Amino acid sequence: MKLSKWLIVALSLTVGAASLAQGVTIRVAGDSTAVGEGGRWMKAKAEEWAKKTGNKVEYIDSPADTNDRLALYQQYWAAKSADVDVYMIDVIWPGIVAPHAADLKQFFTAQELSQFFPRIVENNTIKGKLTSIPFFTDAGLLYYRTDLLQKYGYSKPPATWAELEAMATKIQAGERANNKDFWGFVFQGKSYEGLTCDALEWIYSFGGGLVVEPDGKISINNANARAALTTVRGWIGKIAPPGVTSYAEEEARNAFQNGNAAFMRNWPYAYALAQEANSPVKGKVGVTVLPKGPGASGKNAATLGGWQLMVAAYSKNQKVAADLVRYLTSVEVQKDNAVNLSRLPTRPALYNDKDVLAKNPWFKDLLPVFQNAVGRPSGVAGAKYNQVSEAFWTGVHEAISGQKAADVALREIEAKLQRILR
Amino acid sequence: MLTVRQTRLAWLLVLPTLLVVVLVAGYPLAQVFYYSFFKADIAFVERPEFVGFENYLFLLRDPDFRVAFWNTLKFTFWSVSLETILGLAIALIVHSNFKGRGLVRTAILIPWAIPTVVSAKMWQWMLNDIYGVVNVIGTKLGILSTKVAFLANPNLVLPAIIAVDVWKTTPFMALLLLAGLQLIPSDIYEAADIDGASKWQQFWTLTLPLLTPALVVALIFRTLDALRVFDVIFVMTGVNTATKSLAVYNRQTLIDFQDLGYGSAISVAILIIIMIFVVLYMRFVGGVGRHD
Repeated sequence: MKLSKWLIVALSLTVGAASLAQGVTIRVAGDSTAVGEGGRWMKAKAEEWAKKTGNKVEYIDSPADTNDRLALYQQYWAAKSADVDVYMIDVIWPGIVAPHAADLKQFFTAQELSQFFPRIVENNTIKGKLTSIPFFTDAGLLYYRTDLLQKYGYSKPPATWAELEAMATKIQAGERANNKDFWGFVFQGKSYEGLTCDALEWIYSFGGGLVVEPDGKISINNANARAALTTVRGWIGKIAPPGVTSYAEEEARNAFQNGNAAFMRNWPYAYALAQEANSPVKGKVGVTVLPKGPGASGKNAATLGGWQLMVAAYSKNQKVAADLVRYLTSVEVQKDNAVNLSRLPTRPALYNDKDVLAKNPWFKDLLPVFQNAVGRPSGVAGAKYNQVSEAFWTGVHEAISGQKAADVALREIEAKLQRILR
Repeated sequence: MLTVRQTRLAWLLVLPTLLVVVLVAGYPLAQVFYYSFFKADIAFVERPEFVGFENYLFLLRDPDFRVAFWNTLKFTFWSVSLETILGLAIALIVHSNFKGRGLVRTAILIPWAIPTVVSAKMWQWMLNDIYGVVNVIGTKLGILSTKVAFLANPNLVLPAIIAVDVWKTTPFMALLLLAGLQLIPSDIYEAADIDGASKWQQFWTLTLPLLTPALVVALIFRTLDALRVFDVIFVMTGVNTATKSLAVYNRQTLIDFQDLGYGSAISVAILIIIMIFVVLYMRFVGGVGRHD
C-alpha cells in the first residue's frame, strides 16, 4: 500500500516535471554587459525563469549604444529570423518594431496591463498592437557631488543651468589644485542617440520645444534652441572636458565615478554603481532634476528613456516567450532591478515600496519628474524616427563641437527634417 | 593554337568557378543595381516602388554624400602616401643585412596581425582625453602642454584615425615592397659600386625604377582598400560628420535608415569611384611599370 502510494507520487512528479520541461529554448537579446551591471543582471534573471519553468534560455549580448543595437536587430528582423524570441527594445523603437512584434494583448490581460504606467503602455501600442511590455523606465538626471558642494559653500544643487555653470567653474578651479584632470560637468556629447536625449533636455529646458511637435510641426529652428546650443558650446573646454563630444554614458560615468567631475548628466543606473563598495565617490553622490533654462520660459526637463520587452512575430514559441516577458516585468523582478541596480520600475506601486525607497530615497521625490519626462519625437516620426534623430544629433554635434555656428546647424536640421518627414 | 576540343575542355574546367563567381558576386551586384532604381526598405515592410533615376539625382545634391566623399578622399590620400613612404623606408632597412633581422621582420608585422576592430578600440582608449596613455605620457614628457581630446576635436579626429591606419597598415606595405626588393639582383649594385655611384644615386637610378612594378601593385591594393575604409572609423568615432567615409555613410543608409533603394545607389556610386581610380592607375602609373 505504502509502496504504491510512493509510486503514484513519483509518477505524478515525473509527469509534472515532463510537462513543465517543454524543452523549449528561448533566446533573449537583452541588455549589454558593456553598460554597468544591466546585462549580467538580466541574464541571471532570465536563467532564474528558465530554472523555475524547466525551459532553456540563451542570452544574446548587445552593443553598448542603443542605435548600434537597433542596427543589429533590424538585420534580424529584415531576415524574419526565428532565432531570437525576446528583444529588449528602447522606448523610441515601437514605431520601428511594430511590423516585427507579436501583439502581446494575446498574452496579457487588460487587468495585468493596468498595473503599468499607462503612458508607457500607450507609447508601446502602435495602431492597436501592443508591441512590448515596459521593463524599466529612465529619465535624465543631474548627479552631483554632495561633499564638493558643501566644501565650496553651496547648500543645494543648482536650479538653473547658469547656476550650474557658476558652481562648476568654482569647484573646478578649486579642485584643479590637487587633480589636474578635474572637470565641472560631464554629459553625453558623442554623435549618437544619447546626444539626442541630452540635447532635447537642453532645448526643452530653454523653452525651445520638442524638435518635432506632436502635431508634426518642425519647431527646432528657434531662438531658444539657439541659445541652448550656444550655451552648451560655451561649456566645452571651460567646465566640460574637450573630449565630452566623444562621450557616451559610460565615458561620462567613468569620469564622474573616478572623482574627476562635480556634476554629471546620466540615467538612473549610474546611481547604484556610484554607491558600490569600491566606488571612489561612494556616499558622496546626490541626484536631482536637471536645471532649468533662463527666464520665464525656462523649465526642468528630463528625457524619457526606458526599455521594453518584445516578443518577435517570427518567434516559434511566442507563448513561452511571453511568459518570460511576464516574469521579467513582474513586481518581484522589477523590485530587484530597483533595489540592486537603481533602475526605475514601470509599476507605480513600487514607488511606495519601502525596500526600494530605503536604497533609493530619491525615487519618491523625483516621481513627478519621471512621470512628466519629455518624450523624444518617436510617436510623430514613427518608422522614420531613426532618421529624424540622426539628423538632430548630427546637427547638434556639429554645433557643440564648433564645426558650425548654432544657427547654421539648426537651419540644416530643420531642412533635413522637412525632407525626412515630408 | 588551341583546337576546338581543347577550348571546349578549357571552358568546361573553368565553368564551376565561373558559376560560383556569378552566384556569389554577380547576383548580389545585379541586385544592387536593380534596387538602386527603387524606393524600398530593407525589410520589405512596404512594396518596392520603381522611381527611375530619382536616387541618383538625389545623390548628386546630397550634402552628406559630399561630406563622406571628401572624408574618404582625404583619408585615402594621406594614409596611402604616408604608408608608402614609411613602408618603403622600413622595407629598405629590413632588406639590409643586420643581426636579428628575422626577429625584426616578424615583429613589424604585429600591428597588421591584430584585427582592425581590436586595434581601433585599443587606440580609442589610448587616445582618450583623460586617462588615455598617449595623453598621460605626452603631458609627463612635456610633449603636450595640456591633454588633447584627439577623438572629439573635429580638426584632430580624422588625422588621429589616419595615424592609426598608418600604424596598422605600414607593415603590409613594407612587406609587399620587401618582396619587390628581394627580386632585384645584387650584382647590379656591385657594378654600380665599381662605377663609383653613391648610395643615393643607386637608390634613385636602380632601386626605385626596379621596384616600380611592386610599388604599383602595393599602391593599387592600398588605394582600393582605403577607398572602402569602414572599420577603423566606425569603431573609433561611430557615425560622425568629421570622419564618416563613404562606406560608413552607406552602412548608415542601409542599416540604420533601412533605405535599400538609396543605399544601393550609394553602393553603385562607390563602385564607380573605385573604378575611376583603377582606370587612372592603369593609365598613368601602370604604364611606367610596363616600360621595363
